[in-house]
Amino acid sequence: MREKVLRSHLIQVTVNGEIYEVSVKSKKTLLDLLREDLDLTGTKKGCGNGECGTCTVLLNGQPVNACLVLAVEVDGKEILTIEGLADGSMLHPLQEAFVLYGAVQCGYCSPGMILTAKALLDENPQPSEGEVKKAIAGNLCRCGSYNKIVKAILSVAAKKRLPSGYGLIGSTMGASGRVSTGKNSRSCSSVFPNLDSE
Amino acid sequence: MKDFGYQKVLTLKDAVYLLDQYQERAGILAGGTDLLVKIRGHILNPDLLIDIKGITGLDEIRYDPAAGLSLGTLVSIRALETSTLIKEKYRGISLAAGSLGSLQARTRATLGGNLCNASPAADMAPCLLTLGARVKIVGKKEDRLVPLEEFFIGPGKTLLRPGEIVTAIEVSNPLALTTCVYIKHSIRKAMDLAIVGVAAALSVDSAKGKCEEVGIALGAAGPIPLRAKKAESRLRGQKLSKISIAEASRIASEEVQPISDVRASANYRREMVRVITERALHQAWGALP
Repeated sequence: MREKVLRSHLIQVTVNGEIYEVSVKSKKTLLDLLREDLDLTGTKKGCGNGECGTCTVLLNGQPVNACLVLAVEVDGKEILTIEGLADGSMLHPLQEAFVLYGAVQCGYCSPGMILTAKALLDENPQPSEGEVKKAIAGNLCRCGSYNKIVKAILSVAAKKRLPSGYGLIGSTMGASGRVSTGKNSRSCSSVFPNLDSE
Repeated sequence: MKDFGYQKVLTLKDAVYLLDQYQERAGILAGGTDLLVKIRGHILNPDLLIDIKGITGLDEIRYDPAAGLSLGTLVSIRALETSTLIKEKYRGISLAAGSLGSLQARTRATLGGNLCNASPAADMAPCLLTLGARVKIVGKKEDRLVPLEEFFIGPGKTLLRPGEIVTAIEVSNPLALTTCVYIKHSIRKAMDLAIVGVAAALSVDSAKGKCEEVGIALGAAGPIPLRAKKAESRLRGQKLSKISIAEASRIASEEVQPISDVRASANYRREMVRVITERALHQAWGALP
């Protein structure tokens, strides 16, 4: 006797601390759920096939490619996207470091990169440079910011104190995943002329 | 992506029931890192995805000095990469796991999935082949235990019948292979398929310097991951030396059936089998306690 095939499912998923109840088709990916149903467009779609890492989110604390996870699979689970990192207007240390070290160029890889970095530091607070590179190997950056990205991540691991009083510098589009006009907008190089040598 | 149904099952019994109902029209969803890619690429076209991640007991790594190692089919590649037990006792398995894809993929991908996807370059296959692993299969009519050597029957093909599911991979260790290594030769350090993947496992009588037991297996060097049995014979029971290793590596390169593809020519693969096998054997030899 043929079973009836379920093509539509009601799921309950926690995203950035908020519980959502959504009806999804079987084939809907977590990526599309986040971007289309929940309007959380900070998570980017790149290759759509698990090869570029721009869609990286944390699923129960672990980094995954959202394009390879079905929405129905995250019923009852917790998702952290880039939108969930900042605390109000206070950027997460990784976001601040990415901005200040010039690790954000076009910004497209940044949300995925930052979340992968967060997962790394949560598990291994003092990674070596090699361990950082291995961890971000699944996140491609077409602007070639890898150098700065690695430095930024290592600076957070080393708990390098960022000069106080500068808050949001310049555009935080990449690091927060959405456009915002930063307060205290100044060019990084004029404020921190020696940042590269740190 | 074409529409499909989705059903999460909580027991092996339910999984087998649905698999038997749907036969080739069902796909097993574990990590999904190969399945979803294949569905998007119109290589696979299932009507129903059966999510087996809810079945308890399939994601365990169990080790007993007498019985050996048992790896549940749902053990994630990441778990194999990071497990202290695997790193200590079966280092090659940890190395192979760490070489697979990306951190994001390894988080989701599973051992069973990698083997059942049956790429000739499957990273988890060579080491397990050298260790004489066996595959536990559950079906509606019977359960069976099949040597991994017989599991792969062609590129992307296994001997699984419709309605069957792999539940575990078992490595008993009567041969007490005391060390195994895996070297993945690829263009990139990550996010790449092997041009050639070599696993070597050795046990040596240190007093006599005699190789008691050896396993050499190759990925991406033929239509399926395979053991280089002639190369093994050159070493088994003989004194281990630079020369014998070099000869065995040459024999291995003659045993394989590589193809030319976008990553490498057949000739280059064949030569790399020789080079990397030699390197892997020396690494295994050097790693012996």
